[in-house]
This record gives sequence, C-alpha cells and structure tokens, in this order.
Amino acid sequence: MEENPEHRADVDMSIPPVVGPGYTTASVTEKISHIVLTRRTPKGWIFGFTVSFVIVMVLLFSVSFLLVKGVGIWGIMIPVGWGFAIINFVWWIGIGHAGTLISAILLLLNQKWRTSINRFAEAMTLFAVACAGMFPLLHLGRPWFFYWLFPYPNTMGVQPQFRSPLVWDVFAVSTYFTVSLLFWFTGLLPDLATLRDRAKSRVYRVIYGILAMGWRGSARHWQRYEMAYLLLAGLATPLVVSVHTVVSFDFAIAILPGWHTTIFPPYFVAGAIYSGFAMVLVLAIPLRRFYGLEDFITMRHIRNMAKVMLATGLIVAYGYMMETFMSWYSGDIYEKSAFHNRAFGPYKGFYWALIACNVIIPQVLWIKRIRNSTVAVFVASLFVLVGMWLERFVIVVTSLSRDYLTSSWGMYSPTFWDWATFIGTIGFFAACMFLFVRFLPMISIAEMKALISEEDAKHGLEEARQ
Amino acid sequence: MSKRPSRQRHPLYGLMAEFERPDSLIAAARRAREAGYTRMDAYSPYPVEGLADALEFKGTMVPMIVLIGGVIGCIGGFLMQYWLAGSYYPINIGGRPLNSWPAFIPITFELTVLVAALSAVLGMLALNGLPQPYHPVFNVPGFALASRDRFFLAIESRDPKFDAETTRAFLRTLGAKEVSDVDY
Repeated sequence: MEENPEHRADVDMSIPPVVGPGYTTASVTEKISHIVLTRRTPKGWIFGFTVSFVIVMVLLFSVSFLLVKGVGIWGIMIPVGWGFAIINFVWWIGIGHAGTLISAILLLLNQKWRTSINRFAEAMTLFAVACAGMFPLLHLGRPWFFYWLFPYPNTMGVQPQFRSPLVWDVFAVSTYFTVSLLFWFTGLLPDLATLRDRAKSRVYRVIYGILAMGWRGSARHWQRYEMAYLLLAGLATPLVVSVHTVVSFDFAIAILPGWHTTIFPPYFVAGAIYSGFAMVLVLAIPLRRFYGLEDFITMRHIRNMAKVMLATGLIVAYGYMMETFMSWYSGDIYEKSAFHNRAFGPYKGFYWALIACNVIIPQVLWIKRIRNSTVAVFVASLFVLVGMWLERFVIVVTSLSRDYLTSSWGMYSPTFWDWATFIGTIGFFAACMFLFVRFLPMISIAEMKALISEEDAKHGLEEARQ
Repeated sequence: MSKRPSRQRHPLYGLMAEFERPDSLIAAARRAREAGYTRMDAYSPYPVEGLADALEFKGTMVPMIVLIGGVIGCIGGFLMQYWLAGSYYPINIGGRPLNSWPAFIPITFELTVLVAALSAVLGMLALNGLPQPYHPVFNVPGFALASRDRFFLAIESRDPKFDAETTRAFLRTLGAKEVSDVDY
C-alpha cells in the first residue's frame, strides 16, 4: 500500500476522541435525558417490548408447568442430571461478567472510553445474573425451599455443606448480584437527580426524586461518592474473577474426566468476558443506531470491544488447545477418551460447531475493515454468543453422558420445555433491557459531562468558545 | 445547651452564587476560604477535580468504613463456617479434619467483598445524610441546573463570619452570574 499524505494524517489521529465533536455539558444532558423523559414512546420500542413480553409469558408458562410437574418435564436424567439448567446458568452468568469488567476493571485502568458503555453494560450484568440465578433454583426440584441453601437457624438442625463448590456458588452468585446492583445504583444516583430536575411531569419528578434520595451534587458528597465508587470498583474486580472461578469449580472439583482440570478457572473467566463483550456489542450496535447515539458510542468503542473480544477469544482457544494437549499428555485413558468423545463422539457436531463459532469465525476481527463495519461485528458477536453456549453444552453433556463405566453411559437430549425455559429467559433479559432504556439513562450523564469538561480543558476549547 | 443564644437561627440558610464554569467555581471557593469563610459547600453536576482541596475539606471516612466492613465480613464469614461445619453440624467425611479451612476460603472471600461493598454504599449514603427528603438549597430558583451544567457556591449562615449584606457583596465580587438568598 502506498503512503499518501492523507493516509499519514489518518494514522496520526489514530486515537479519535471518545465523544463526537461539538458537545457541551448541557447538550449531553439534554440528549441523554431526552430519551427517557420524552412523552412519546418510539414505535420500535413498543414492538420490541411486546415481542419480548410475549416471550416472558412463555417463561412464566414453562416455569409454572415445571412447578406443577417437577423437573421430569426437562430432558435431564441419569447420568446427565445437569442438562440445560446448568448450561444456561453458566452461559448467562458469563455474559454478566463483561458489564463488571467494563465498569470496574476499565475504571481502575483509567480507560476513558468505558464511560459511555458502562451504564448499560452494568444493566446487562444485572439482568443476565437474574436470568442465570433462575436456573439453579428451578433445577433444585423444589424451588420453594431455595432458602435452605443459606445457613440460617432452623428447626431441622442442619446446615449447608461449606466444603461443596455448589454452596460456594450460592454465595458467589448472590454476592455478585448484590454488588452489581450496588455499583449500578451508585452510578445512577447523580443521573436520577438530573432526571428529577429535568422531568416535566409531576409523577416522574416524584419517582425520580425518591430514587435520587435528595442528591444535590454537594462537593462534600461528591468527594465521598467518588471514593465509594472507586472502592466498589476495586472490590468488584476480584469479585468478578472469583465468581466464574467458583462456577468453574462446580466442574473442576468433580472427578469426572474432562472436568477435573486446573485450567478451568482462568479459561472460564476468559470465556465469560468473551461472551459478555459479544453481548455488549449485540446490544450496543442496534441501540446506538436506534437512538442516534453514534456520537457517544463511537466507532472507537465498537473497535475496542471487538479487540477485547478477539483477545479473550484467543485465550479461550488456548484453553481448548491446552485441554486437548493435557488429555493426551496425562496418559490417562479416561481423559483421552473424554476428549476423543468430545471431538468424535455422538456430540461431535456440537463440538465442531463450537470450534467454528468460538475459534475460527472470530478471527475475521483481525481485519480492520471488519472491525469498522458494525454489521460484521454484530454478526461475529452473535456467533460468539452461540459458540459460548455450545461450549457450555459440550462441557456439561459430553463428560456426564460418558464417564468411567460404559454401563452407566446415556444420551441426553433437551425437551420442548428446556427450550421454552431457555428462550423465555432471553425474552426476560430483552424485556428488562427495553424497560431499562425507556426509564433510566442508558449512558451515565454525570460521567459523560466530567469527560467532556476534561476533554475541553485539555484542548483549551473553553477559551476558544468565549 | 449553654450555646443556645449563639445558635439562634438566622432567617437565611445562606447565600448562593452561581457560576458557569468549573474553574471559576474553584477560584471562587479558594477566594472565599482566603476571606475566612469556613462553612461553605459547592454544588456541581459532576465531580470537579480540585474543588475539595479548594474548600479545604478533610479526607473522607469512607475508606475506613469499607476496611472495617471488609474485616467484619472476612472474620465473620470464616468463623461462621468454622463453627457450623466444625461444631454445630459436623460431618465426618473419611476422617478428614472438621476445620478444613482451605475449603472455607471462597465463601470467606465472597462475604468479605459483600460486607465491604455494602458498607461502601451505605456508609457513603449515611455520611452524606441521604436519603434526605428536604434541603434548603433546592429553594434557590435555578438550582435545578446544578444537575445540568451550572456550578454553585453556598456560604451558610452558620458561618461565624456570615453577614447577609457583606457576604452578598463579597460573593458579587467573585464574578458570580447571580447571587441569591437560600431560604429555609
């Protein structure tokens, strides 16, 4: 490629600003709060919400049927007692992890570009964890006794087994949900005050007023607020790593061939972030288009997220490689046969589809032209989401269906109700997202303003404007 | 109780000056400190760097609260498991020790983070006195812009140096866009 001067200029400005040009703190406030405070609900929103609401009804119906009939309506049996419930649990919770990564880890790393995507990524985390949490509870068989999972004084005189990763999971996931909620709400507090002050309708003013708790932007308050927010980020960072580590312990601590490996924690965490970034992209690309937020969620954001996805995808690919290598290197016949079974057994179609979706197809993101095309990144992200779901399927089902004794082997296939529940949670997730973008600012207004004021000071634009 | 007479309530909560830019607010805060005012607060739509220093705020208690919360969560979480698995409901698994502490670490960690995070948020809210249904500053017309793009400096009537007339005149010299009374 020849070096023309135009091209050179392009290279010099290789890091474009994180906000489109010409925005002031006032116009950012107007633009973001207008999406929430406008009286007219967009037709596209009504359509999308209706569709997802119908799917929520499918979820309610299948859960009701499950409560009446029991888990027998699902495809789970012995030896595959985990099935869809655990596949979906691991998949959903992994998706949540990108939200925390964006809001906490990128905050600590001082990555300014996180500002416009952290709010809805955090919302995504909350809703994904809510979807994830449903599955183990429904899988309990008698979900109405879910509180037996917690240590509480009871007349039965029994307590949970604290040496079990399944009990660790209860603590990890409930802590994760609580901390994500706190983090999200703390971030929202100043924006709720903005909405309270901007709202024209009395009902909105009262509701946002209650939620804003009387926030008045006092310098003393900001000082404590910023400290609390930073500490929360510092706490959420190890937490997010611990949560998927504990989830991977559910497998790794079992002695099943294909599960009992030390690589599980890091490769589960990388996979979680991988699928989470894919979900953020799947949400961000249509949202910025629909609400005209291209100036806030810029192409730089899309490109950066695509790069993070590519990097974590490579870690995941390395994980697959190592798993396969170790099964051979261990010299253990059960390990070897577990991996032979994955790639060439009855579920080989799932395995090769997973390799295609997770390892091969995302490599297109190396190409700059692809990273610059929202459609291409969107499609690649969909493949990653499918691929990560397939990965969970392969891990759960292949190992359980064929363990040590041939006499105890069995084939698993999901039923209609498995699918209905899974698709139902996707509807639940979508419906929550729709409600969120309608009633809460999907981009942090206060943080955007701080960013703009910082950029202005940097470029000396304040002087120019006067 | 002996201080009662001096605590007599001033008819005003204070005086508030409105600024258009963060740096003018910082400059104003600094000059007010230099003029000897101590009971002040500033209001801004986003955290302004250097404002806390200009107002000479002391450091916050939040980190200490979070540390205490974390330590409570850590010790409490471990002791809960130690007691429940070791003495209240012991399960003998192949004669392994009942105090199997490595297996207690994940839950200890989770509870450390949980209690620390709860103390960070609740501590921050409590120190800030939130939720607070009513505050006099909201009586200032135009204060709603404090959550949009305006910056305010309020000198409160509790300030020993506060005098409605001289303070108002002083605030005018700071280049404020507007100076208004804050009613109770």
